[in-house]
Amino acid sequence: MRTTLSLGILGLWALFAISMPLLPLTPNLIHLEHILEPPVTEALLGYDDLGRHIGERLLVGARTSFLVAFWVVLLSALIGTSIGTLSAWHGGRWDQLIVQVIDIFLAFPGILLAIALAGLLGPGIENVVLALATVGWVGYARLARAQVLSLRHREHVMAAQALGTGTLRIMTRHLLPLMAAPLIIEATFGVAAVVIAEAGLSFLGLGVQPPDASWGAMIRDGTRYMLVAPHMVLAPGAAIFAVVLAVNLLGDRLRDRLDVRNAPGGVST
Amino acid sequence: MLTFLVQRLLGALVVVAGVATLVFLLIHLVPGDPVEVMLGESASVADREALRVALGLDLPIATQYVNYLQGLLQLDLGTSFHFRRPVTELLLERLPATLVLAAVTLVITLLLSLPLGILAAVRKDTAIDTGAMAFSLLGVSIPNFWLGPLLILVFSLWLGWFPVSGREGFASVILPAVTLATGLAAIVSRMVRSSMLEVLGEDYMRTARAKGLPPVTILLHHGLRNALLPVITLLGLQLGALLAGAVITETVFSWPGVGLLTIEAIQSRDYPVVQACVLLISTGYVFINLLTDIAYAWIDPRIRLGEGA
Repeated sequence: MRTTLSLGILGLWALFAISMPLLPLTPNLIHLEHILEPPVTEALLGYDDLGRHIGERLLVGARTSFLVAFWVVLLSALIGTSIGTLSAWHGGRWDQLIVQVIDIFLAFPGILLAIALAGLLGPGIENVVLALATVGWVGYARLARAQVLSLRHREHVMAAQALGTGTLRIMTRHLLPLMAAPLIIEATFGVAAVVIAEAGLSFLGLGVQPPDASWGAMIRDGTRYMLVAPHMVLAPGAAIFAVVLAVNLLGDRLRDRLDVRNAPGGVST
Repeated sequence: MLTFLVQRLLGALVVVAGVATLVFLLIHLVPGDPVEVMLGESASVADREALRVALGLDLPIATQYVNYLQGLLQLDLGTSFHFRRPVTELLLERLPATLVLAAVTLVITLLLSLPLGILAAVRKDTAIDTGAMAFSLLGVSIPNFWLGPLLILVFSLWLGWFPVSGREGFASVILPAVTLATGLAAIVSRMVRSSMLEVLGEDYMRTARAKGLPPVTILLHHGLRNALLPVITLLGLQLGALLAGAVITETVFSWPGVGLLTIEAIQSRDYPVVQACVLLISTGYVFINLLTDIAYAWIDPRIRLGEGA
């Protein structure tokens, strides 16, 4: 039941995000006569401080957070897994250097590095993706490295090597399938982390710029009118909360299902 | 123990040096010219050059790096562009607020997560357990920048119990601390539960019960003390992350700590202050982790005598 609910929420999120440009929306249209109005039938979530439809802006925000989550997780997972795999496979001095670099990146708590980086790069959705991917690859690199270290001496890998199989083919055909489960789980929880991080950056004014909408920026605007128009803060926050909760539920379920601890090549082997 | 301490300390210093280098590179490689930002586009070339020389930005990057490291060793973090005061002074001014916030957060976290985790473990698979774990899931899923405004809405605006923002008196620390503690308590109570569950099945627990000790003594003295080890590690790790989370929470509540200073500095492009804040928070994180390691080894001899040493 929970899984269905999570998948439903995430499905809606993706659907809104992808179909948003096709819908006849006017998220930036200003209705001066409706400024700060609470929900009514023609605007189910009310109007914001400029008299714009909050419901429509919520859909635009869904697209922003979906695109950022998609690109950040894709880039982080690709770059991190490649670096971690290559590092562990080749070992030696390069590996030591990579481990040192990973340790240094991990010494930045939470999204502090992303906040600093996004602040220096300036606002914009590309810069948000860049900042979050710069921070995000480390987790995948560490995970991939740990797995390859334990997998590279497996018999089937050594057999492939003895048969003269190319490095790239060994990695994609003999290592990656065995590493996939924990990486997929990491990526799932990664989506939740990125959604919160993007909204957090936008909340701080370091994310997408007006008039583009982001859930975080909507909360930021709403905090100025909390006494007169609490609906401005409630709607976008509930949207973030629903998506993150759905992802976390799904991640927990996935972790139980794939049972990383017993999976071949799991971190503990 | 001494070898262990020295090893860990050296390791932490290497990481801090790496962090300092990364922060330096970050500030200097990212496009955007602080001089242009400070003077505006209409400034004359001569003025720009004068400022560049005054800030030492005309020197080769290697020289700037050496100067920066030398400054760090003497705890000289430069001068703020915006406030025109030594950065160290600014940080010392803001640090107490962040430390107070962190301390109160820690207390609330422990008050929430220990009873919750223990109860959930003892009453496993009952409504209490389900409820505690539901709280944990909600706690990790709710972002600070939403929970904060919600708490302000209910407890400051509607009920009028606490000030909306700022730092006036003890009451003003409660809402930001609760905001930070919710996420932390969610993670910690989960850990307390699973760690307690493991301990509850141990032989010495059965022995304690067989001796006829009172249940509370068994639970707290035999159970909790052994279950706390992994919890301490997690708490150490998360406490550092809390410092970063404080950046957002301090902004929500206008709490005048290091986190708010970071955001103010980013907005005014005050590079020396951004650099110093990021460095301070990260160094704090590294040293909290170091202290956790040491505390862990202190409590559990297996760590320092075994593979960890």
